[in-house]
Amino acid sequence: MIETQGAGMRRRVSFRTRVLTPYAMLAPGIVLFVAFMAAPIVYTVILSLQKRTVTGLGLGANSHKTVFAGFSNYVASFTDPELLGSVLRVLLYGVILIPTMLGLALLFALLLDSRRTRAGGFSRTAIFLPYAVPAVISSLLWGFLYLPDVSPFYDLADALGINAPELLSPSLVTFAIANIALWGGVGFNMIVMYTSLKAVPSEIYEAAKLDGCSEVQIAWRIKIPIIAPALVMTALFSMIATLQVFAEPTTLRPLSNSLSTSWSPLMLVYRDAFTRNDIYSAAATSVVIALGTFIISFLFLRVVQKRAFGQED
Amino acid sequence: MSATTTEVTPGTGRGAASAQKMKRERPKDSAMHEKPSIVSSGILILGAIYCLFPVLWVIMASTKDGSELFSTLTLAPSTHLWSNIVELTQYRDGLFWRWMLNTALYAGVGAIVSTWVSALSGYVLAKFDFPGKGTVFKILLMGVLVPGVILAIPQYFLFAQVGLTNTYWSVLLPQIISPYGIYLARIYAAAAVPNDVIEAARTEGAREMYIFNRIAMPMMAPGLVTIFLFQFVAVWNNFMLPYIMLGNDHLFPITVGLNGLLNQGASAPAMYTLVITGALLSIIPLVILFLVLQRYWRVDLAAGAVKA
Repeated sequence: MIETQGAGMRRRVSFRTRVLTPYAMLAPGIVLFVAFMAAPIVYTVILSLQKRTVTGLGLGANSHKTVFAGFSNYVASFTDPELLGSVLRVLLYGVILIPTMLGLALLFALLLDSRRTRAGGFSRTAIFLPYAVPAVISSLLWGFLYLPDVSPFYDLADALGINAPELLSPSLVTFAIANIALWGGVGFNMIVMYTSLKAVPSEIYEAAKLDGCSEVQIAWRIKIPIIAPALVMTALFSMIATLQVFAEPTTLRPLSNSLSTSWSPLMLVYRDAFTRNDIYSAAATSVVIALGTFIISFLFLRVVQKRAFGQED
Repeated sequence: MSATTTEVTPGTGRGAASAQKMKRERPKDSAMHEKPSIVSSGILILGAIYCLFPVLWVIMASTKDGSELFSTLTLAPSTHLWSNIVELTQYRDGLFWRWMLNTALYAGVGAIVSTWVSALSGYVLAKFDFPGKGTVFKILLMGVLVPGVILAIPQYFLFAQVGLTNTYWSVLLPQIISPYGIYLARIYAAAAVPNDVIEAARTEGAREMYIFNRIAMPMMAPGLVTIFLFQFVAVWNNFMLPYIMLGNDHLFPITVGLNGLLNQGASAPAMYTLVITGALLSIIPLVILFLVLQRYWRVDLAAGAVKA
């Protein structure tokens, strides 16, 4: 009798536990996700399919109407030479930045992991430190270091009699921005790789060492393949961040004439939305950038999945 | 999309799980002592110099007055640091310090609330079985790949609809949801909170939220520090959202404020001294906080689930 009652109560409790309780507890997350991620995405897509038309002379309250525009904003985005230019600039920026940043991060992580390295603690802290500096502040610091009037680099070049190139000139500004992002990002990526290197049991290395492998061979043949998943993740996050570059060029603009208001795709979106008040084109361009990001992430994961993960399965 | 998410999961999952084993498997000091390598230490120290150089420069530059900045060797210190700080403090009745407080509010409060929401969601996704769980998790995971910066402009228009732009809320609220934080919290909850403990607490009649707040959260604590740090840095770094949302410069975080000062400097170079001093003062608390928290960062990623 008592047992049956207990079982009945338990079933009732477990029904609540199974359905209502988890959803109630997930509610804050779900509500925030819908309000601040899903809704803005849906809203952007809706805006991107609309345009504003002017009727009559364009005067008076009712003269502007928002109408369905089909894909015309997208056609305009795809054929916009400014968007193409900004995408190409950012691709060049990514090609300069990502291999350099991840290559150095990997090198530093391997050196930190090597038992023959000294001063590891100091270097690790120093290299990771710029991660704590926001992109605006780091762009500010480097921006001044690029200015011939205040930069010690130019003092040094003068002293050596070298005619130093103008770092904020149109031909070099992409490198200048990539250097800022490199400075801010190399330490974080190093820590991610170092953490996953430390997770590898050291017996593996000792066995390889007994077989006569040198440190460099161990790094190439054992360590790098083992931390491949970490390398893939850092590469993916770096690519996503690259396509969104905004703070660095925006901060450098007052210091350089080489940066247009459409230097990067997001600067272009910002200009369309707030300077030109054309939120419909801005929305279409945002969707194009977001889709581009997805496609690149997806293709990248497909390609590396075969190389990096395929061997293990 | 689904292929993408399945690829992300095993990679990081395995990394995190094996990271947790590290302490046990890798003795701190191995018997093998090898001779130090000058080359490898040298490369690391070069990297350290590169990373410290701009910091050294800003310390030196903030000791100069407006004319010295352009005339003297930039790495030679001068004596005007205090007067620069006083001048910056007087700038529009201490607006600079208001920006610092705003930044602390956005990043501090934002990251604490975000960590709690992530922990709760991750815990439920790890420890409850309910219909639709897989779908909810997959949709949240897709959010990891949506760049937050792209959301800033539509978020502005949505906030404008309800008249909330140019308020503290417009910068705080959008940054509470963190799909990556939820994803990490799910891993930590699965590893750190034993099912028996939850069952035992339920048998004793504890409410679910009590179990989460008082029993599960403390067990997940080391992992939650990581989530907090990620979110804190993300908010602190986010320039575009406040740049778009805020018009009133009394609500600015330090990044937007200094960016505005630099813009004025383009026409009045005397402003450069203020910008440089401001940059130095704004990174001091960051660097201190960071040096303190770095220990957690390391202990955490490596040892987070030794408890589990």
